[in-house]
Amino acid sequence: MFVTSAYAQTAPAAPNTPAAPAGEVHTETGVAHGGEHKGAFPPLDSTYFASQLLWLIISFGLFYLLMKKVIVPRVGGILEHRHDRIAQDLDEAARLKAEADAAVETYEKELAAARSKGHKIAETAREAAKTKAVADRAAIEAELTEKLAAAEVRIGEIKAKAFAEVGQIAEETATAIVDQLIGAKASGDDIKAAVAAAKTEA
Amino acid sequence: MANDPIHQFQISKIVPIEIGGIDFSFTNASLFMVATVACAAGFLYFSTSQRSVVPGRAQSVAEMSYEFIANMLREGAGSHGMKFFPLVFSLFMFVLTANLLGMFPYFFTVTSQIIVTFALALLVVGTVIVYGFYKHGLHFLKLFVPSGVPGALLPLVVAIEVISFLSRPISLSVRLFANMLAGHITLKVFAGFVGSLGALGALGIGGAILPLIMTVALTGLEFLVAFLQAYVFAVLTCMYLNDAVHPGGH
Repeated sequence: MFVTSAYAQTAPAAPNTPAAPAGEVHTETGVAHGGEHKGAFPPLDSTYFASQLLWLIISFGLFYLLMKKVIVPRVGGILEHRHDRIAQDLDEAARLKAEADAAVETYEKELAAARSKGHKIAETAREAAKTKAVADRAAIEAELTEKLAAAEVRIGEIKAKAFAEVGQIAEETATAIVDQLIGAKASGDDIKAAVAAAKTEA
Repeated sequence: MANDPIHQFQISKIVPIEIGGIDFSFTNASLFMVATVACAAGFLYFSTSQRSVVPGRAQSVAEMSYEFIANMLREGAGSHGMKFFPLVFSLFMFVLTANLLGMFPYFFTVTSQIIVTFALALLVVGTVIVYGFYKHGLHFLKLFVPSGVPGALLPLVVAIEVISFLSRPISLSVRLFANMLAGHITLKVFAGFVGSLGALGALGIGGAILPLIMTVALTGLEFLVAFLQAYVFAVLTCMYLNDAVHPGGH
């Protein structure tokens, strides 16, 4: 239906040719058809099959050769090169990352070492200060004990001396009291003994 | 004859050549075969001449078509089929470029000639047969004997397989040929309506809008068909080559 309607479109074109009778137009198209494709449907017309085959073989053959010899190896090479390059870059990146990781590890190790070293130093210093303080305290305490002992000794001496003097005073006082009370002189030895007894009692 | 939808398929001699009584003239069909090859080869050659690691637009297109066909062939025929890559790539690029060139107004569509598509299909099937017998000898005939078929059905199945194998070059060529032919005729008919309706005056111009829209839509569709048929041709080529590489099933 399309074909017939489209053929119909050719009809209005015919009157444009000056004073051409319908018959002449028909012969013209007839000649054209006869010369070109003998009225056959052109894609199925065998007139030019040999020519088409020959030129297809020539052109497609050349195309195939060019593809096989130049284009395919070239594009394949480009893709392979890119693939290798990417793999290489990835390897390089992995290597650099490993290096960076190692550097971070070293840094952390060193940091930890420095920290522990600092700790140790602080510890030693604290320890030393502590020991020194202890030693100082001990020395001072010893000194103080010594001084205390010396003071006690002195106190003891003074006390003893005082006691001794107390005895003498007591004897004198007792002699005087006895003297006053009984009007007789007690013997020194008795008084001494009495005082000594009183002293031990006290 | 401007509106004759068949006229676009008319072959005319450019340089008459006759050898041994057979007409080998350089025709408009020959011209467009050469143009197809020149366009496809020129594009692929110059777009990849830089060999850049980071491809430009043209190189990307060339690489994409390469990888497109390479993946298709690898999936269709396995890694053993990759030796046919130049053939499948050439066929795909040739058919695609011929189809796309045919989309230009007044250009001849090489793939709308049955002899051209039939020759290409014969090339494919011929390659399958020659390589199949060369590589597998008579084992290639296992292709027609599917495994696991009961003995009684075997003759019938083998007959069906042989017929389907023999019909491959016909279906492969007619599919491409008929698609291109029908598409171009339809396009031409609708475009012809625009012109003839437009000549009828104001009402005709209003009525011509419809076929104009159709023509625009069909042009888009034809670009799709141009690609799709090249794709289908390449996919079927891969499938047929698979039979040559692995005749005893997959």
